[in-house]
Amino acid sequence: MDTMSPVERVLRALALTLVVVFFMFPIFWIFLMSFQTNETILSIPPSIVFSPTLSNYAALITGKLQTAAGTLDIAFMRNLGNSIFLSVTSVAVALVLGVPAAYAFARHKFKGSEDIAFTLLSFRFAPPLLVLLPLTQYFQWLGLSNTYFGLIWVYQLICLPLILWIVRGYFEDISADVEYAYRIAGHSWFATFRKIALPLAGPGIAAAGLLAFIFAWNNFVFALVLASADKQPVTVGALAFITSSGIQYGQIASAIVLSVTPTLALALYAQRYLVEGLSLGAVKG
Amino acid sequence: MTTLHLQNIVKRYKSHTVLDDLSLDVANGERLVLFGPSGSGKTVLLRLVAGVIEPDEGRVLIGGEDMTDVDAEHRGVGMAFQNFALFPHMSAFDNIASPLTATRSSKDAIAAGVHKVAKLLKIDHVLSHHPKALSNGQKQRTALARALVGSPPLLLLDDPLRNVDAKLRFEMRLELPRLLAAQGATVVYVTQDYKEAMALGDRIAVMSQGRIRQIGTPQQIYNAPADIEIARLFGDPTINLLDVTPQKSGDGVFVELSNVRVRLSDYDGDVSGQSCVLGLRPETIVFVDASTPGAIPVTVEAETPLNEKTVTLAMTARGREILVSRPAGTPGPVAGPAHIAVNGAQAFLFDKASGRLLPRADMESKRNGEAA
Repeated sequence: MDTMSPVERVLRALALTLVVVFFMFPIFWIFLMSFQTNETILSIPPSIVFSPTLSNYAALITGKLQTAAGTLDIAFMRNLGNSIFLSVTSVAVALVLGVPAAYAFARHKFKGSEDIAFTLLSFRFAPPLLVLLPLTQYFQWLGLSNTYFGLIWVYQLICLPLILWIVRGYFEDISADVEYAYRIAGHSWFATFRKIALPLAGPGIAAAGLLAFIFAWNNFVFALVLASADKQPVTVGALAFITSSGIQYGQIASAIVLSVTPTLALALYAQRYLVEGLSLGAVKG
Repeated sequence: MTTLHLQNIVKRYKSHTVLDDLSLDVANGERLVLFGPSGSGKTVLLRLVAGVIEPDEGRVLIGGEDMTDVDAEHRGVGMAFQNFALFPHMSAFDNIASPLTATRSSKDAIAAGVHKVAKLLKIDHVLSHHPKALSNGQKQRTALARALVGSPPLLLLDDPLRNVDAKLRFEMRLELPRLLAAQGATVVYVTQDYKEAMALGDRIAVMSQGRIRQIGTPQQIYNAPADIEIARLFGDPTINLLDVTPQKSGDGVFVELSNVRVRLSDYDGDVSGQSCVLGLRPETIVFVDASTPGAIPVTVEAETPLNEKTVTLAMTARGREILVSRPAGTPGPVAGPAHIAVNGAQAFLFDKASGRLLPRADMESKRNGEAA
């Protein structure tokens, strides 16, 4: 790498720039759109030069959407709050349940353990639509429809298998001898789990948590069917921008910017930690 | 110090029996070496004593107390692993301190204990480093320090010198007996290196296929290996093994090597006519002049100078290969025809069919330490 010729270096930079532009341009474009009115967005030809406006963000934050047909109430901020609450709680519950389960599956081969683990994974490859109808009925009988509790429960179908299977792999990578050594030193199995297994699988748990968070955040169909307006996350709430008087591109763009921000921030923050943790080669003595 | 008794231990993995009805007694303060080829069950046995593996049958008694169903953390043993098994996310200090933190000692007591053992093992200057930043030798010493720091009455060492280079291994082989003696612990030491076994063991238990084949002092095992396999495992260069049929003639038993009769003074007429394997340690064979009585003509094929000895590969007239070992620097033939003499009093006879050592007339007392 050190001995790269200037030509190579330029070509390399060019290629990298192309890749970055290709992936970042839609986000950049959305970001620009969020500061434009519907008229400037739909003007032909589109222009990069415009007078920025904060009206989209103002509409989202105040909850008053001005359209040609009059003022509409939108619950975007509430949706955003729901998204954050549902995703964070679901991931937290999935971590509390999934990490110890992953440890058990990794360390103790008991009768039927593979079958149980596989059953949990199979929730991931059943199409949601397949279970949606019976689930709706059950939820109505149980009084769980349109409750945060019910939604978080259903979100475990998304988060739990993910966390279980990713974290299990990380636990399996830890040499059993390292845990034995801690046991023999006089520590209980629980202390060994807490002080040895958890820290060593830390990067894996963080990665699984992040992934589960993104999947939970992006969920649409469960929330659409099982929750009504006041419990819905942004993915469902964004439907409100398709109004009778046209699609509100400006508001959609600013809504996307706002709803992407938490995930993006989390990913950027966790990425630093992930790379650090993984490059430590933490598992090998 | 404590005693260790293993009674009729059986351990199976699926259909494979790793430990097959194994019993073993280790006396108070004794250093017992478990020696055997890989896959013979040494490590499994050690883990069973430590309590991280449970036996399918049999009992484990430490200090006379039945520990079979006791968890590892309550057995009070110290263990060093072959692959070190250091905690990668903790500093060397915290690694070594881990047995002390379990007993909720005070911070000062922990620091004092760690520094004392670290000084003993000459790693006090790297205590703040994480395992990643330690050299192989320092890792090995850290692992050893962790096993020693709590002064456990029973110390289990699973081939701790396996993963360090030859120079370090030699250094530690000299240092370990002194260290272990200072600890005053009962020690079970696993190794695949017969020199290590002989250097460190009060007694050696030779394991193979989940059983103890022979147990005794290093001298007993070297001087009276119970069977061909054990004779082959102990000694470098490997023992010479030649098919022979001893004959009784006059007042003794003789074997014929290249038409030269060698008298086996330790054996009597019982073995005559039996298909046997003659075991000759390379260091008991010497090069002699052709005129010496009993000289066997050979052709020297190759010579390998090792550090402290020179090993010569010679071929008899019938094409049998014989290794001859002599101290480095002493004269000997380099190539071509030469003559060797065999000391019949230092030869072993094994039964060809069973591989067992045939009883010698004067060896009864030495054979007492052998496993049945």
